[in-house]
Amino acid sequence: MKPKKLEKFREVMEEIKKSGAAIYKNPKGTEDLVILSPYHINYVHSYAQDSKFFLALAEGKLLGSRCKKCGMKYGTPRSHCMKCGSETEWFNLPLVGKVHSWTTCYFGSEEFMNEVPFNLVLVGFEGVDTLFLSRLVGIDKEDIFIGMKIKAEFKKDPKYLVSDVCFKPV
Amino acid sequence: MGKQRKVYIISSGVTKFAKAHPDMDFRLMVKKAFDYAMKDVPNLQLKDINGSRISYFSDHFARQLKAASMVQDFLGLNPKDSRRIEWGGATGGQAIQAGWETIASGRMDVCLVAGFETMSRVETWKGNEFIALASDTNFDYPVGGFYTGYYALMVQRHIYEYLRKTRFANIKDEKKAQLLATKEAIRIMAMVSVKNHINASHNPYAQYPGKTTVDEVLKSEMISYPLNRPCICTMSDGAAVMMLASEDVVFDYTDNPVLISGVGCGTDTMRLADRPHEKVPLFKWENEKDYNNLKYPGVHSFRAGRAAALEAYKHANIKKPIKELSFIELHDAYASSEIQTYEDLGLCKYGEGYGFVEKGHPFLKNVDYGFKLPAKGTIPVNPSGGLIACGHPVGATGIMQGAFAFWQLQNSIKKHFGNDKLQIEKAKRGLIHSHAGTGSAVTVSILESVKK
Repeated sequence: MKPKKLEKFREVMEEIKKSGAAIYKNPKGTEDLVILSPYHINYVHSYAQDSKFFLALAEGKLLGSRCKKCGMKYGTPRSHCMKCGSETEWFNLPLVGKVHSWTTCYFGSEEFMNEVPFNLVLVGFEGVDTLFLSRLVGIDKEDIFIGMKIKAEFKKDPKYLVSDVCFKPV
Repeated sequence: MGKQRKVYIISSGVTKFAKAHPDMDFRLMVKKAFDYAMKDVPNLQLKDINGSRISYFSDHFARQLKAASMVQDFLGLNPKDSRRIEWGGATGGQAIQAGWETIASGRMDVCLVAGFETMSRVETWKGNEFIALASDTNFDYPVGGFYTGYYALMVQRHIYEYLRKTRFANIKDEKKAQLLATKEAIRIMAMVSVKNHINASHNPYAQYPGKTTVDEVLKSEMISYPLNRPCICTMSDGAAVMMLASEDVVFDYTDNPVLISGVGCGTDTMRLADRPHEKVPLFKWENEKDYNNLKYPGVHSFRAGRAAALEAYKHANIKKPIKELSFIELHDAYASSEIQTYEDLGLCKYGEGYGFVEKGHPFLKNVDYGFKLPAKGTIPVNPSGGLIACGHPVGATGIMQGAFAFWQLQNSIKKHFGNDKLQIEKAKRGLIHSHAGTGSAVTVSILESVKK
């Protein structure tokens, strides 16, 4: 069976999902053969030097890191200090912080499209030099403001993803 | 910088950016832009080109590894020197500087810089996912990987630092003050969007030219608060090329070249969360006390942009950019980042970006935008329409900006656009700015006209 000839590119995109191929009758005068070309990969992803952070999430702990040499404290852990290059050590972050910045996303990547709208938040912790990116839940957009106090909440069924923790108002 | 040869642009070409070009694959797109550039300098033969630097951002979009080799092959440039350049959103700007290096160092006399992207090959939300994979896949992506979201986080803090604490300082109710400040910023960002769309309505290469109004922009769909759809660039298919030549051969090919008189590049942490809170690296005309209580860059400013500008201005011997530059082609992936970048480039001080727009400084003098601007046209930014209106096929984008800037400085906009509405009179010196993911890498290049 010959591929269907279609005049709208949007229809071509739908057709190839059904039959695998279509011909686009291009207003420029060409006939462009378009096929579906799937691509699926399972990566073997090691958290390597960051592993401890994700294991701690499952235990309801938020780990930061502190430079052994210069004392810089990271709200998102780094195994080596970005200031002086020295090794860092783990420490427990407080579970309460403040909104440093935030947004509400109404659109997004395919993987998260069924979750919109959702709030992203950069969390600041007292006495810690850098921030932590998370979701902010349990609050209407109208009530969020920079400086408001928020606390960590951990998923009961951990997936070993950074999204095992989110934040909600205190 | 050490001793180097002078490097000139001799010609350029752009394939009109579009949502999709199903009649051309990436090789043919580049070939069309390449043929256009070759036609502009008839004395230049294929044999005169010593090699190439070819840029595209994503192997996911291309789904063809070594796609740059296939471009080299398609253009008939084998067996000459070539390599692929990739640096996120700044890929195009980096490719130009990589080309500059081949000539400045004496390795080549004529170098082709070519870039492309074919983003139509997946649906928009899948494209968003590919782009978001250019954020930390341990700590950022799984939270809800979406670049518009990241930029929204940055501008929210920018609004807090620079509008909440100034124009709305007297309001005690914190929530209300922030809401009003954000509303003000959304209005000013809409002015930037209107500027770029209306400028693009005179640019035949633009993907989204159009007359629009602030009200129309304000009524449009919110994508990631406070960024609405017309304040965000879109995905495109497109290609652009630029031909560079050394001081030894340049006048064999053209009597109207443009000199690349300064290059600069800066970088910053991949994760927004890691950005430090320190002191501002100052331009000569700034004082430490201008920024007494400011923690920099935080997530509100692009330290990489400031670093790139410092290096490029020094190289080009620019003392006061707002006086010495005729225009800027700026990487406005978002209307917000255009405003933030004015400050990084020193067009105004940190905190003055919003007022800079309201006064009209970055608008074109002879274009009507539908609102009053008291100081219109001090330094036009994105006379071409920028990414917001021209489109953003990542690997081509920085080179497209370079092409438009080159034509401005050649005084040849009419020849290439078919009208001279966007031609800036007596354009002497221009700046092109290319910017990668949340400001993790930025290039600034200074271009100067040579013809008297």
